Amino acid sequence: MSDATSEVVAVSTAPARIETPFQRFRAEFFESKIATTALAVFLIIVTLAILAPWITPQNPYDLAQVSVLDGRLPPGSEAFDGYTMWLGSDGAGRDLYSAILYGLRISLSVGLASGVIALLIGMAVGLIAAYMGGRTEAFIMRVVDLQLSFPASLVALMLVAALGKGVDKIILALVVAQWAYYARTVRATALVERNKEYVEAAQCLGISRMRIVFRHILPNCMAPLIVVGTVQTASAISLEATLSFLGVGLPQTEPSIGVLIANGFEYMLSGRYWISVFPGLALLMTVVSINLVGDHLRDVLNPRLKK
Amino acid sequence: MTVFVIRRLLQALLVVFLMSVIVFFGVNIVGDPVYMLVSPDADQADIAATIERLGLDRPIWEQYWLFLKGAAQGDLGNSFIFGEPALQLILHHMPATMELAFTALMLAIIIGIPLGLYAGLYPDNAISKGIMAGSILGFSLPTFWVGLMLIMLFAVELGWVPATGRGDMGSLLGMESSLFTRDGLSHIFLPALNLALLKISLAIRLTRAGVREAMGQDYVKYARAKGLSTRRIIFVHVMKNIMIPVVTVMGLEFGSLIGFSVVTETIFAWPGMGKLLIDAILQLDRPVVVAYLMIIVLFFIVINLIVDIVYSILDPRVRIQDQGA
Repeated sequence: MSDATSEVVAVSTAPARIETPFQRFRAEFFESKIATTALAVFLIIVTLAILAPWITPQNPYDLAQVSVLDGRLPPGSEAFDGYTMWLGSDGAGRDLYSAILYGLRISLSVGLASGVIALLIGMAVGLIAAYMGGRTEAFIMRVVDLQLSFPASLVALMLVAALGKGVDKIILALVVAQWAYYARTVRATALVERNKEYVEAAQCLGISRMRIVFRHILPNCMAPLIVVGTVQTASAISLEATLSFLGVGLPQTEPSIGVLIANGFEYMLSGRYWISVFPGLALLMTVVSINLVGDHLRDVLNPRLKK
Repeated sequence: MTVFVIRRLLQALLVVFLMSVIVFFGVNIVGDPVYMLVSPDADQADIAATIERLGLDRPIWEQYWLFLKGAAQGDLGNSFIFGEPALQLILHHMPATMELAFTALMLAIIIGIPLGLYAGLYPDNAISKGIMAGSILGFSLPTFWVGLMLIMLFAVELGWVPATGRGDMGSLLGMESSLFTRDGLSHIFLPALNLALLKISLAIRLTRAGVREAMGQDYVKYARAKGLSTRRIIFVHVMKNIMIPVVTVMGLEFGSLIGFSVVTETIFAWPGMGKLLIDAILQLDRPVVVAYLMIIVLFFIVINLIVDIVYSILDPRVRIQDQGA
């Protein structure tokens, strides 16, 4: 990573022509080959997941299209219906390639939905804390600190234990497990921004508090939020997969990647590796690509690393 | 300091109480444990008798009141499935979890620190870059999937070690543990490695950062000027300075190892508290779920308190009064 950073610094000093901030950001981001590749991989995964119904040979959850005769076939076998199962099939005869793409739809939507909701809640709470100050701030930050003293995985596990299975419940559990990270980030940034001159200027102009917070301070807090958002979304996807694998996350009727891996677990000891390995690789590529993008965004968006 | 500890303990009581409300009411709304307990051909009278025996016929607030009264006396209720007191059941499974977490911590220190030391001394070396890339992977890989891969590689393909369960127990100096037998060691290897993975990455990063910082400092330059051998500088002077914080931080990760052991224990069928929790959730054994969560919350509060105190001792710049305010 260190050499990528030095490249970024070198580039940002070089150009003399006038660029918009976004153009500069774009140029710096694509400077890193690793991050560009990771972004491409992630976009391909998202595209495949969205297009799943049109590019897979079967709908793995339409019972009419699944035949038990196809069960546990190794990768590359031909299915009863004539198409090739490049990644093999699982115990119920589902084509794994189709099952993975359908599973990614669920995993990605749960991860993104919980990430966005947690971001909105955390952002609002963090802004309130930073702008109100005093007792409100002390109370909010005490709750945030308290929650961050427990690992997110444990918080989510407690909640699913108390709430039960289901998409809505797991999203709720992930939101509760994550909002505090956003709140802490936003508050820390907003505290710095609040004391800057442009806020004072806005106050002198008689602009309302709400407008100052949301139109002036918030946009300046976006950079760290985006970085935390990418890393948190990756960990949300991973956490959902873990909970589903343990059997306390999504039910069998909402087969995310974690459920697929759990289904393959029982066949692992008999050497039928593909049922768990391929969904696992899909999960791995998703999580690692998001993390690599987030890691580079942190370098690009960090003002301290700029000239 | 005393005021700080007392204030934190009071706050802890409040948290445990709030947790008990959320968990108790949450758990008691999900599913119907009675149908998990009676035989499929049970008649209405049997079902009614079971409901009454478990106290589920009472209104939920009354159940909670009885639970609170029991909890104040150290009784967290009886397991629906085993009929034993839930607290006793959890304490019975605790040694296996502690053993696993302790072994994982040792592995993390034994593997992580030397690798981190190497990566810190030769930061531009290809091997160091490999180590650092490995540590990034260690952070991003989902633990449960790595566990599956370990089973596949070492237990199924190579057949070196067993995949599941806890091995024979041995006793040494009056302590019962599977660490004292060959069979026990072969059983604990994979789960401990799996659990340690994240912490190995952490140890690598901490040690590397520490070494890189220390190597530029005046005392190292002075030792060089004095003509000490590189070996002596690294292993006596540098290591002494970085080992204390690294080992302390690793020790403080013990709590999160116990939290994460839920996943590892389930994969490797390790008979610890974590597996007990997952089984209890799946079988709707409400008292065990509630008791486990209460204990783990208490456990974390104590660990966090120790962390804060230890940090204030290690780093005098951290003022405990400021945090408690």
